[in-house]
Amino acid sequence: MLLSVFLLALRSVRRNLLRSFLTILGIVIGVAAVITMVTLGQGATQAIEAQITSLGTNLLLVLPGQRRAGGGGGGGGGVPQFTEADADAITAQIGGVVAVAPQGRASVNVVANGRNWATSVTGSSNAFFETGNWKLAAGRLFEPDEQRAGAAVCIIGETVRREIFGGSPASTAAGGGPAGLGAQLRVKQFSCEVIGILAAKGQGGMGDQDDTVVVPLHTLQRRVTGSTKVNTLSVSMADGADSAPLKASLTQLLRERRKLAEDEDDNFNIFDTQQLAETLSSTMGVLTSLLGAVAAVSLLVGGIGIMNIMLVSVTERTREIGLRLAVGALEREVLLQFLIEAVVLSALGGVVGIVIATGASWAGARLMAVPYVFDPSINALSLLFSAAIGVLFGYFPARRAARMDPIEALRHE
Amino acid sequence: MTVTTPLIQLRGVQKRYGSGEAELLALKGIDLDIAAGEFVAIMGPSGSGKSTAMNILGCLDTPSAGQYLFMGAHVESLSRDQRARLRRRYLGFVFQGFNLLARTSAQENVELPLLYRGDSASSRRAAAARALQSVGLGGWEQHTPAELSGGQQQRVAIARAIVTEPAVVLADEPTGNLDTQRSHEIMGLLLALNRDHGITVLMVTHEPDMAAYARRRVTFVDGLVARDEQNPHPVTGPPVVQAVDEDV
Repeated sequence: MLLSVFLLALRSVRRNLLRSFLTILGIVIGVAAVITMVTLGQGATQAIEAQITSLGTNLLLVLPGQRRAGGGGGGGGGVPQFTEADADAITAQIGGVVAVAPQGRASVNVVANGRNWATSVTGSSNAFFETGNWKLAAGRLFEPDEQRAGAAVCIIGETVRREIFGGSPASTAAGGGPAGLGAQLRVKQFSCEVIGILAAKGQGGMGDQDDTVVVPLHTLQRRVTGSTKVNTLSVSMADGADSAPLKASLTQLLRERRKLAEDEDDNFNIFDTQQLAETLSSTMGVLTSLLGAVAAVSLLVGGIGIMNIMLVSVTERTREIGLRLAVGALEREVLLQFLIEAVVLSALGGVVGIVIATGASWAGARLMAVPYVFDPSINALSLLFSAAIGVLFGYFPARRAARMDPIEALRHE
Repeated sequence: MTVTTPLIQLRGVQKRYGSGEAELLALKGIDLDIAAGEFVAIMGPSGSGKSTAMNILGCLDTPSAGQYLFMGAHVESLSRDQRARLRRRYLGFVFQGFNLLARTSAQENVELPLLYRGDSASSRRAAAARALQSVGLGGWEQHTPAELSGGQQQRVAIARAIVTEPAVVLADEPTGNLDTQRSHEIMGLLLALNRDHGITVLMVTHEPDMAAYARRRVTFVDGLVARDEQNPHPVTGPPVVQAVDEDV
């Protein structure tokens, strides 16, 4: 019985192909919109999370800057920078800290191999690689005496290596080592030996992280910037450490070292990448559900479209309904027939919508350069939801059909 | 007069429409017995109550007062669904306007009543083919109503009425939309159903030529049975030479 009613509904859909298509269009658009929005939203969230993770987990970034009312923290000229001593103090005095990397940064042109490349040079210690989740693809890290003396050595990112020295990536080079290792690279007025090459992190929304040259902090201070200032302190926390008390004691220590009075505001900011990641993904989550909700409204509109057409269909087929009742169809059988017809229509809309959404989110993900994440649950949910819309909006027309008086219905012109 | 237990018994059946000033008593108290195997023509002018009586006899409607016993069951006290079950089991309907589903093959039209009995697809197909064969439409299974003549459409409708092997076929002006020759062909079919398959046929008509096929004629006037007479010489089959009586 159920199967034959289902086949009957399919036949009725097929008999009015154009009308059926127009009827389900609302559902198609609704489902496609919801799934595409949610899928792209999830892809974007993942992309952001991946970028933040590549910065380093359990990481606190300490930047000089005044928090101003109504504006963000600026690295204003009057605000004092950090020194290497600050980094040493943090390492010595605060528990739960694994590594502190003081960093100075400058934009430079690097020259070697007859080629020229504009990049940024970072002066830091070996802690930099630990806090920043950097791995060496080839070569070695800085020696302690190189760091102390500010030796002319450097470790370069994959992008710099490729642009200057060419050849295959450091991580895949065979035997003799990748092109560039051991070569002399001229940074501003001095030449340094390339002692290591960093494993590529890949392109991210925060710029090409591989486009970098790392030298010991003293090398940068003496040979490039000529000052003892440090722009950033990267503080790596122990795994599972609670960031809140650590941040509090870090703030306390820095306030003391920077001789701030009780009533003065902090002249530095501490960014917690973990927290940043959580904040960003929860913001993305809210945005995604908001977009999904807007799209869901079109599903509702689609449902009303189905109800409209089902009512027209019931009126049009009054005589057919009368005949079915006369030959002995029970009320619930007629109800079921029209209900199943509505559900078949709306579920069909759901399926077509899913197909379109899969194509659209894949294309959209490529366009936005975010990963395409196929989420089975949102697809299943959309299908279920569209079928539910069929039940919801098909019930009223179906009940109207089932309650017809067979005599009146047969007489209907 | 055949001596059988009445299949259908109407006792003081009234049907009232509307209320107050607009009240209309369509049936004013009908007593009627119809035995299994009868071929009854129900006649009468418009507004005489014959269609109302047909609807009640077909269990599509219930009397406002009185009793209707169909095979011993009190139809007047049955629910809508119970009457539907009665119809699907024992009754077949033939309408003036054929009432076939458009854009649907003859076979599927004939299968329709079987759908609600839960028959399997193959047994439905076989039964529909048999019914179409018996109305002379073997080989026309896949034609839609639009591809059939009026007479053929009514044959499909008759096949649909008998596919469930009902006890009674109710035909409401079955020849009303057909020319004389087709009308006689349809009457021949109804006659054959009655004679060869023992199906009780109740037929509303206002054409004496068609009523002449019936062995009994019940005439309604003003909501009452005015005449109830036997036809000793019913027409036995087409082609018809001349109608028997001209008294209605």
